[in-house]
Amino acid sequence: MSLNELTIHELQDKIRKKEVTSTEIVTDVFNRIDAVEDRVRSFTTMMKEYAFEEAKKADGEIGKGNIKPLTGIPIALKDIQCTKGVRTTCGSRILHNFVPPYDGTVVKKLRDEGAVFVGKTNMDEFAMGSSTETSYFGVTRNPWDLERIPGGSSGGSAAALAADECIAATGSDTGGSIRQPAALCGVVGLKPTYGRVSRYGLVAFASSLDQIGPFTKDVEDSAIMMNAIAGYDPMESTSVPTEVPDYRSFIGKDIKGFTVGIPKEYFIEGIDAEVDAAVKKTIQVIEGLGATCVPISLPHTEYCLAVYYIIAPAEASSNLARYDGVKYGYRSADGRDLMEMYKKTRSQGFGAEVKRRIMIGTYALSSGYYDAYYKKASQVRTLIKRDFQEAFKTCDVILTPTTPTPAFRIGEKMDDPLQMYLSDIFTISTNLAGIPGISVPCGYTQAGLPIGVQFQAGHFQEGKLLQVAHAYERHSGIERRRPKL
Amino acid sequence: MKITKDQVEYVAHLARLEFSEQEQEKFTTQLNNILLYMEKLNEVDTTGVEPETHAIAIQNAFREDVVRESLPHELSLANAPAESGNSYRVPKVIE
Repeated sequence: MSLNELTIHELQDKIRKKEVTSTEIVTDVFNRIDAVEDRVRSFTTMMKEYAFEEAKKADGEIGKGNIKPLTGIPIALKDIQCTKGVRTTCGSRILHNFVPPYDGTVVKKLRDEGAVFVGKTNMDEFAMGSSTETSYFGVTRNPWDLERIPGGSSGGSAAALAADECIAATGSDTGGSIRQPAALCGVVGLKPTYGRVSRYGLVAFASSLDQIGPFTKDVEDSAIMMNAIAGYDPMESTSVPTEVPDYRSFIGKDIKGFTVGIPKEYFIEGIDAEVDAAVKKTIQVIEGLGATCVPISLPHTEYCLAVYYIIAPAEASSNLARYDGVKYGYRSADGRDLMEMYKKTRSQGFGAEVKRRIMIGTYALSSGYYDAYYKKASQVRTLIKRDFQEAFKTCDVILTPTTPTPAFRIGEKMDDPLQMYLSDIFTISTNLAGIPGISVPCGYTQAGLPIGVQFQAGHFQEGKLLQVAHAYERHSGIERRRPKL
Repeated sequence: MKITKDQVEYVAHLARLEFSEQEQEKFTTQLNNILLYMEKLNEVDTTGVEPETHAIAIQNAFREDVVRESLPHELSLANAPAESGNSYRVPKVIE
C-alpha cells in the first residue's frame, strides 16, 4: 500500500516509530498526483517544490523528536483560503492573479502544527455552487465516476482526498459545501459551529454562514484536524471564546443511552431510493449500538432553501462589491472612465452563477424590497433556529441523509439554477442555525457511487458529533473501497 | 412577473454589472423563477418574530486602541493592476 492511501493517525504512528519520513509520504502523494490529476483535476495550483522543502524541514524536526500532531502530513487547501505568497483564486477570473500578502488563521494554525501543503484545490467560483462546475479553472471530476460531478463548492478538496492525492484537506461550508461533496466522494466532512473556527483570511461569501472545516478519510482524522484549527481568534470578531475540548478524546467512546432524532421532514418524496435505504440502514446500526432513535419534527425545513437563497446572495452582493479592479485582481482594459472600468471588470471577471447571485442579492436589498425579502428571510431563519433548539431538548444528535441523490452527471443541472440549489436541501439548515454537522460514508449505490449520512448537534457539540460518527463508522460494516482510477 | 427586463437593467447598474441583450433576457427569466420560489416564505406567519442576523449571540468585539503593525506600502500595492508612486492608479473620474 502506498503511503498516500493512509490516514493522518496511521501516518503519525509510522512517523513516531521512525518507519516513514515526511519526504517519503510527500513523494507518494506527488506520484499519485502525477498519475491521476490530469483526469480528476482537483487542483488550481500545485505547491510541489514548497511541499518537498517543507517535508525536509519536517524530517529534521522529527529527527529531533519534535513531533506535532500534523508534522510532515501532506494537506490540500481549498483555494478560498489566503496563503502568503501563493496565488489564491477562489475559482474566479477576478482573482486569478491574486497573491495574498498574509496567511489566513487556519492556514497559519495548520502550518504551526507541522502540516505540509501540497496545493490549492478547485472550487465553484466564490464557493457558489454544488458541483465545482462554475470554476474559472475548469470542472473537477468525481474520482468514483469521471463523468460525474464531485459535489461543491469544495469539490476539489473532496475529489483530491478520495483520489488519495493528499492525506487530508480543508473546505469551507456556507450551505453544505463541505458535507455535500464529502458525501458524493465517499469521505468525511465536518462543518463546525459558526464561530468555532476563525474566518480570518477566508475569502468571504456569506459572512453569517461561512465556516472552514476539514475533509478527512475517517472520523478520527476529523478530530485531529479540529484540534488543530478550532479556537478563538482576536483577528476575527465573530469567533467565539468558548473553550476548545480535546476532540480526539471523544473517539472510541460508546453511544449507549444516546438519543438520536430522526426528522420526518428529511425523509421525503424525491429522495433517491438507494440513498433512502442506506440512511435507514444507518439508523439500525445506531440502534444496535445502544442509542435510541426517536422521530422528531423540524417544521420549518421546507423554507430553508428560500431563506438561504435570499440571505446568502444578499450578503454575497455586499461582500463582492470589493472586486472593483482597483486594489487587486483582474481589471478590464476596456473602461474609458471609472464607472465603465468597474462594470467591465466585474462583468468580465465574474462567471454567470456569481453574477446571478449578486443580482438576486442586490435586488433583495434594494430600496422597497428589503422588508419583503431580506427581513422576511431573517425572521424565518429565527424560526428555523428555534426548531433545532426545541429538537435538541429531546435528542443528542439528529440523523439525516446528507444529499437527496448520489453524484449527478456533469452538465446535468447547469442550465437550471433551482434544480442545482435543491442538491443542498438537507445541508442548508445547519448553516442557518449555526450548528455543527458532519457527513460520514454510509454505503454505495449499485453503480458504485458513495452515499453519505449527516449528523447534526447543538452549538459547540462537535465532540458529540465525532463520538456518534466514529461509533457508527467503526460498526457500520461498510467495507472501505477506493475509486478505480 | 416578479421582475422585468428594465428592473434587471437597473439592478445590474446598482451592482456595477452589464449584460448583453441575450444575457439580460436569460437572467430575467431565471431571476423570475427564483423570486417566484421565494414567495413560499409568505406562507409563514412571522408576526413579532425577531430577525436573526447571526446564529451565535455575540457582543461587539472591542479591543484596546493600540497601534499595531500594518501592511507595508509595497505589499499593499503588490497586487494592484496599476499603480503610481504610493497610490493606486484608476481611469479618470471626472471630465
